[in-house]
Amino acid sequence: MKKNYIQDIERALYDVRDEDKSIYKSDAGLTEEIIRDISARKKDPPWMLEFRLKSLEVYKKIELPIWGPDISELNMNEIVTYVKPNAKQVNDWSQVPEEIKKTFDRLGIPDAEKKSLAGVGAQYDSEVVYHSIKKRLTDQGVVYTDMETALVEHEDIVREYFMTLVPPKDHKFAALHGAVWSGGSFVYVPAGVDVKIPLQSYFRLNAAGAGQFEHTLIIVEPGAKLHFIEGCSAPRYNVTNLHAGCVELFVKEGARLRYSTIENWSRNMMNLNTKRALVEKNALVEWVSGSFGSHVSMLYPCSVLHGEGARCEFTGVTFAGKGQNLDTGAIVIHAAAKTSANINTRTISKSGGAATYRSAVKVTKNAPFAKCSVNCESLMLDDKSRSDTLPVMDIEGDEADIGHEAKIGRISEEAVFYLMARGISEEEARAMIVRGFVEPIAKELPLEYAVEMNNLINLELEGQL
Amino acid sequence: MLEIKNLYVKAGEKEILRGLNLSVGKGEVHVILGPNGSGKSTLMNVIMGHPKYEITSGEIFFEGEDLTALKTFERARRGIFLSFQTPEEIPGITVENMLRTAKQAISGEKIKILQFRKELRAIMSELKINPEYASRYMNVGFSGGEKKRNEILQLLVLNPKLALLDETDSGLDVDAVEIVSGGVAKFHNENNSCVIITHNAQILKHLPVNRAHIFLSGRIVKSGGAELVSEVSEHGYAPYEVES
Repeated sequence: MKKNYIQDIERALYDVRDEDKSIYKSDAGLTEEIIRDISARKKDPPWMLEFRLKSLEVYKKIELPIWGPDISELNMNEIVTYVKPNAKQVNDWSQVPEEIKKTFDRLGIPDAEKKSLAGVGAQYDSEVVYHSIKKRLTDQGVVYTDMETALVEHEDIVREYFMTLVPPKDHKFAALHGAVWSGGSFVYVPAGVDVKIPLQSYFRLNAAGAGQFEHTLIIVEPGAKLHFIEGCSAPRYNVTNLHAGCVELFVKEGARLRYSTIENWSRNMMNLNTKRALVEKNALVEWVSGSFGSHVSMLYPCSVLHGEGARCEFTGVTFAGKGQNLDTGAIVIHAAAKTSANINTRTISKSGGAATYRSAVKVTKNAPFAKCSVNCESLMLDDKSRSDTLPVMDIEGDEADIGHEAKIGRISEEAVFYLMARGISEEEARAMIVRGFVEPIAKELPLEYAVEMNNLINLELEGQL
Repeated sequence: MLEIKNLYVKAGEKEILRGLNLSVGKGEVHVILGPNGSGKSTLMNVIMGHPKYEITSGEIFFEGEDLTALKTFERARRGIFLSFQTPEEIPGITVENMLRTAKQAISGEKIKILQFRKELRAIMSELKINPEYASRYMNVGFSGGEKKRNEILQLLVLNPKLALLDETDSGLDVDAVEIVSGGVAKFHNENNSCVIITHNAQILKHLPVNRAHIFLSGRIVKSGGAELVSEVSEHGYAPYEVES
């Protein structure tokens, strides 16, 4: 028998862990004392402390979700919710402590910045250690900073928007996030400003058994344009880590925001991230989402099409290998007339991995002439792996134009034969087919991530007839 | 060039080829005529090494080498090409990318992108294929005729020694058959051979047919010259069923 397998993601790069030298760690588990302590150390304004405490109350009342992947192994009492690295924030890369710098160097972050990015934020555990933004952009009024600084320098804006789109009562992890959030990015693009080169943020979780709860708040004012790239990774430990970040995107009238994420967390990570966009009249949000790492992921970026003619483009790829259960998809809420959405996803499962596509499309009564097209395709590379497609549609608006196409399949042996009949080796033929499967997504990814993804699809051939 | 001796082939429990003999020399053009379901396509696929078929006895040699020990891609690299009756659609792989990958695999040399593109465009233009098709995914959304022309494009780009054409002309209109026929004629020369399965003499117009074979129930029952082609189109296969 022929046996083929696609290699596991090359994790060596990410799995180098640094010695834990943090100066402060909160006690494991979650109490009011811990929250007050975090808040005091972060020098929160009083309203933020209050917000955290209220979130904690909500957190205690809400149960864990009973649907989706099993997350029962997550013991919140063992999670150190806050880890402060031993570094102050700087804006000159040379001042970042050597070890932390090495980590980011390994990941190619400063290089990426030098090459093509307008601004870079790098978060190490819970605090942002490095931040820069091109002067030209600050001159135009663009703000790109960490959330803590934003809370000081742009308190009114933060207060107006913070967790209004993802309220703590939404679900248990949103409540947790509201209580313990730390770090993350704040971007404000004034009306009419076109940020031509992407801003990039990179999150890295180094300490064992820790949680990362960064908050990303992006406001794109009317007619403005932005591309924001977020990358995430963590080394491997034997204890479970938790990532319960929150992303809130406000896309005002006629504005455009492209939000690209590549998550390559290590295999001990529970990635329970909440992302939401509020899209106003004739505005566009584009999500590009790659999920490769983590032990369990539950990730369904949500677009609320709030203004007439608002649009959403969602492009996602998920790659689940051994021991992974990745439950990903998208949510679209059509809440105004003539809103439209395109959801296009590819999932691959191999070596016993489980990949689920889960989506919800809701067209409210207030949204006549809504248009939505969903195309989700899954590829299982062996008999041990599984793939599920769970699309939900709830259409109340009149004259809705809804299309849905789902495919779950395996590599076509006839296609392999066709390519081999052209002189291409069997393993290359299979790799080509898998690469071709994700190609519509790969071409949307930022280049360095597209290259990384192609490297993942590296086949090996074992045994022959 | 190609020597098939007393070949027996099964697919699952079903015996499809039953004692087939065929010998194709360098630069020769052979035509295989036979009713649907007689095993002609199976023969082509077996020469190419399709895993679905099991050779129970017999031999296939190509330029003196036992083909049955070789994998499909190794056979292609030796210089055998199959123009599929129903070409596969492969999403995400462009025609240009696949052909360049194939040509590199066969030649063992790195091929420069721009130079290859130029070559490809020239051949596409001869076959009256819209140049945009180079950047389209392999056969995805192509009409039947476009898929067949795309096979001939691959034949001319890869330039093998032996072309196996499995009803490349079927389902094509008169003009398209003319284009395909011209493409095959361009490929054929004193070194390059063709084995053509067809129901239609038109594709042979520009080709010097050396041998024609009547194929019934898994074996060749009669071989002769080009005149067999017109005999069959006049009388059908009934007269040969007696002989078999």
